Formats: sequence, structure tokens, C-alpha cells
Amino acid sequence: MASITLDKVGKIYAGGTRAVGDVNIDIADGEFIVLVGPSGCGKSTLLRMVAGLESISEGTVRIGDRVVNDIEPADRDIAMVFQNYALYPHMSVRQNLAYGLKNRGTPKPEIERRVAEAAEILQIGPFLDRKPRALSGGQRQRVAMGRAIVREPAAFLFDEPLSNLDAKLRVTMRLEIKELQRRLRTTSIYVTHDQLEAMTLADRLVVLNAGRIEQIGTPLEVYRKPASTFVASFIGSPAMNLISSTALPHLPGVAHAGTIGIRPEDLTVSATGPILMDVLAVEELGAQRLVHGQTGGERLTVTLSSNAELSDSLRLDYRPGSLHLFTAGEGRRID
Amino acid sequence: MKRTLFRNQLLPWLLLAPQLAITFIFFLWPAAQAVRQSFLRQDAFGINTTFVGLSNFQALWNSPEYLNSLQVTAVFAVLVTVLSMGFALLLAVAVDRMIRSTSVYTTLLVWPYAVAPAVAGILWWFIFNPTIGVMPYFLDAIGYDWNHISSKTDAMTLVVIASAWKQISYNFLFFVAGLQSVPASLREAAAIDGAGPVRRFFDITVPLLSPTTFFLLVVNIVYAMFDTFGVIDATTEGGPAQATNILVYKVYFDGFVGQNMGSSAAQSVILMLIVIALTVVQFRYVEKKVAY
Repeated sequence: MASITLDKVGKIYAGGTRAVGDVNIDIADGEFIVLVGPSGCGKSTLLRMVAGLESISEGTVRIGDRVVNDIEPADRDIAMVFQNYALYPHMSVRQNLAYGLKNRGTPKPEIERRVAEAAEILQIGPFLDRKPRALSGGQRQRVAMGRAIVREPAAFLFDEPLSNLDAKLRVTMRLEIKELQRRLRTTSIYVTHDQLEAMTLADRLVVLNAGRIEQIGTPLEVYRKPASTFVASFIGSPAMNLISSTALPHLPGVAHAGTIGIRPEDLTVSATGPILMDVLAVEELGAQRLVHGQTGGERLTVTLSSNAELSDSLRLDYRPGSLHLFTAGEGRRID
Repeated sequence: MKRTLFRNQLLPWLLLAPQLAITFIFFLWPAAQAVRQSFLRQDAFGINTTFVGLSNFQALWNSPEYLNSLQVTAVFAVLVTVLSMGFALLLAVAVDRMIRSTSVYTTLLVWPYAVAPAVAGILWWFIFNPTIGVMPYFLDAIGYDWNHISSKTDAMTLVVIASAWKQISYNFLFFVAGLQSVPASLREAAAIDGAGPVRRFFDITVPLLSPTTFFLLVVNIVYAMFDTFGVIDATTEGGPAQATNILVYKVYFDGFVGQNMGSSAAQSVILMLIVIALTVVQFRYVEKKVAY
């Protein structure tokens, strides 16, 4: 158990390309932090710097009270779950779980006890003597988690651990990871490009874009008050409507803003509404329908209940206080 | 319809014919001849040929020279295999660690494979020549009197080095490919699991390389036993005192120099059986047992 502190952390590759810059994150003991962003935003690089698999070009990383910049991965007291699981194919599940403990000279009875305990928690007891290749994707995922928890490390690092699983299994495993972390209370950093995964797992989200932090906050904070147009469009599904203020000049407070953001679920059909939308396409989702259209030359999406009446054009209103305003140039939030 | 069918049946045979002809004329027919001859004995002038059953094989079994050659071959094959595979793995690991210029090094390191065995032999024969060679000069400086013409150990060392050198590049290529197919994340996982570089190499890399290693083991033994004829012939000619007279060289020497066709044929039949055995081992185990 430990807190993790990233202080002005940056990564510059040998060729001079900057992957990550000026990252400051304070992670409390037992907290579940999710790094989320599109591919190439530097989230995996950041995680690998914490793990010790990438060198740290700038700033300091602290695990507990220790600066770990020059400490080997093995001595950082962390465990990592890889995207492809990285299970040792020539070892049985039991040997996979025990390998890290064996290398650290843990006594045999202690290894057996911990492996049995992890197997119990993750329900992989029946597979202990199989080789990884005889397991299904979900079972391999569990073994990879098992390998992390037997070590009882100060922190878990997850590098897109669910992205190789099919959609249904991903939802189940997501919940299992969440429950497991609640139970063990181990500080965790989790990297994903899936905003839904990020929202559901995180105590706090760190939204990254082009190697820099856009916003840190609880999932609801980030959802309700996105700090920039990037965050606004990245978090939430369907994505927030971002409309140039010139398209809707009559909305209140719009005068100083460059971009207006309205979530599709914050729009309602109203005969007196200020927005007139031409309907272009409708997507049926069962409980809801997504209506795509156009207003003042800008695309707009509305989430309506599936029994709402449709016509070629809809007059829309928005819930009070649901307008997000952003500056023209950098797209920063205006409060 | 019938006619088209007939032509379609003929065409595959026609297309196969050149390869089949080569296989038959240069491989199957001589092999059959060797088997036939191994049961015969010819007089010195080739006038009388008599069937002698297994007595050619019996004679080999009772010949200390043949048993010596068997032993020399075993020692030679093991040394060449270990040396060439060891060096190749070392080089492959070194190249695998480099991020850039890998392809340049790989290309340079593969060159020796393009050298013909006899040329490789001559090359090393010059380097180690007791009179004009550069190596004996250096060895002399540290007080070693190199002479592969009189010393059995020196002769064996020379042919082993010359043969292994040529094979290193071949092994190197396979090892590089093998190493590059070991996922980086496995080594990283092992690093986090507290294994140092040496430990990672032996616990993770070596087991994952085992299919490659086993394949190369068989290929190298076959190479050392059969393809090194040129090296031996160009350097030691089996000498001194039979010290480098490996089986395949003895087949040639007894048959074409000594004109003892029956014995030579019997020896090649034995060699044939060894190759068949190695091939069977290769096919049966390379896929099943060693793959994890």
C-alpha cells in the first residue's frame, strides 16, 4: 500500500520526440486512478515510466516515500497486468503465479499459501496445472491478475488489460477488477482508451491528450464540467455536441464563447425551444433513439426516448444549466 | 470430356517429371546402387563380383579404424554443433539488443554462409598454416607450438573451427528470428517479477527458443557429419593418423582412393540410416515435444 506521486514528469525519446510533458498527479493510498485518452496520447508511456520499463526523462516519480526514478522495476514493489497478459507460455498457471515470489526468495509454504489464496479469489483453482495456452481469454486475464495479486505489491498497474476480450466479457471483467480493487484496497493505475471503462472503474480520471493532462477529476466531475472541448468530446457517449457559437447566437452567455457544448441527453423536444434542427438520420437503440440532424450548418445529436414523435424538423430546448461554454482558440471551459 | 480429363492427369506428371527425374537419377538410383553394392565384393580389377551377404558390415564392425572414425565423427559433430550454435546465439543476442543498424549487422554476419566449404577450409588452412599462417605466429608468442600436420588435437581444432565458422551465420539467422519472436512484454513481466537479465535469459528466452534450438541441433549435426567433406579434404585429408577421418571422408577415401567399393558402399548405407534416423527424430519431435 502506498501513494504515488508524479511531479513534472516528462518523456523525451532518443530522437528528440516528446511523448509526455509536465504531468503532475497525486495518487492517494488505495485510490483507483484511470489514465484515459486516444491512442498515442502518452498514457501507456506514463504507466511504463511508473513501472520502470521506460526511463524518466524529466521530473520525479515517487512510490510511497521513495523516489523511484533510478530504481529497477523489480524493486519498485509494483505489479503490472499487460494487454496481452504476458503469461509465460512454458510454465503452468501455478508456476506463472509463483515466479515473482520465487525470484524474491519467498519460502515455499508461503508461496503455496499465497497462490492458493489468489486462485481462490479469482476462481482459477481448477486450472492451476494447465498451461496458459489451454485457457480461454477470460481465464488468461484472471491468471494475469492473479500474478499481480500474489505479490501483494504497493500498487497495481494495468495496461489496457481488457482490450483483447470480447465486448460481453469485458463488461464482466471490468466489474471483477473493480470489486477486487475495492476488496484489496491496493493503489491502482489503469490505462485505457475506452471512456466507458474509464468512467466505470475510476475513483479519479486523468484525461490525457497529446502527452499532456487535460483534466483530473472524479468521473462525474469530468462528465459534468469538462475542462476543454477535447474532454467534452472524449468523455460521454454519444459524444457531447460541440457547436460554433455563431450557429446559435441567441443562446444566453454565448457572446464570449467560441464553442457551445450540449450533451445529447440534455436536449428535449419543446414547441417553444430556441433550437430548430433538421433531422437527417435516426439510430434506434431500443430504450432510446439517437436523432442526428443539423442546425445552422452544424451537426447535432439528440437522445430521445423511443416513443418520442419524429418529424423532418424538431424544435429543441435544453435543460437549464446544461450549456457548456468554451473559449474560441484553445477550447478551454468558461465558467 | 474424357479427353480433357486425360490431359489433366498427364499434365501434373509432366510438371513433376524434371524433379522426379533428378531425384531418381541422382538420389534414388545411386542409393539403391550403394545398397546393392554393400552386399557384394569385387576383386581388385573389377572382373569378379561375388555376393557376400552382410560380411562387409561385419568387417566394419570388427575394424578398429572404422570404430575410430565413428568416434572421431561423434566428437567432431558435437564440437562443431556446440561451437557454432554457441557463438551464433551469442551474436544473435547481441544483435537482438540493438535497436538500430540490426539489418546491417545481420547482413554482414550472414556472409560466411555464402562461402563454399572447400574455400572456408583453405581460408582457415592458410590462417593456421604452421609455416606462413598468422595464428601460429600469435600462438608462438604465448608459447604454443601449433602444428596441425603432426598434432592430432591441433588438426581436430582446425577442422572444427573451419566447419563451425561456416555454420555460425546460418544458426545466427534462425536465432535472431527466434529471439525476435519472443514478445518483449514477457521479458518485461519477468523483469517486474524480479528476474535479472541473466535469469530472464535462462528462464524465459531459452525455453521459448527451444523449438529453434532443437531444429538447429539436428541441422547442425547433419551438417557436421555430411557437409564438412570439403573442409576436411582441403585441410587435413583425414589425418594425422586418422585423427580427423570422419565417416563421410572415410567413405570417399575407401571407395574412390582405396577402391574398396563393397566396404565403402556399406559405410554409406550406414550413413544413410543415420540420416534417416535424424530426419525421423526431427519430424517427430520438433513439432510435438519441444513446442510449449
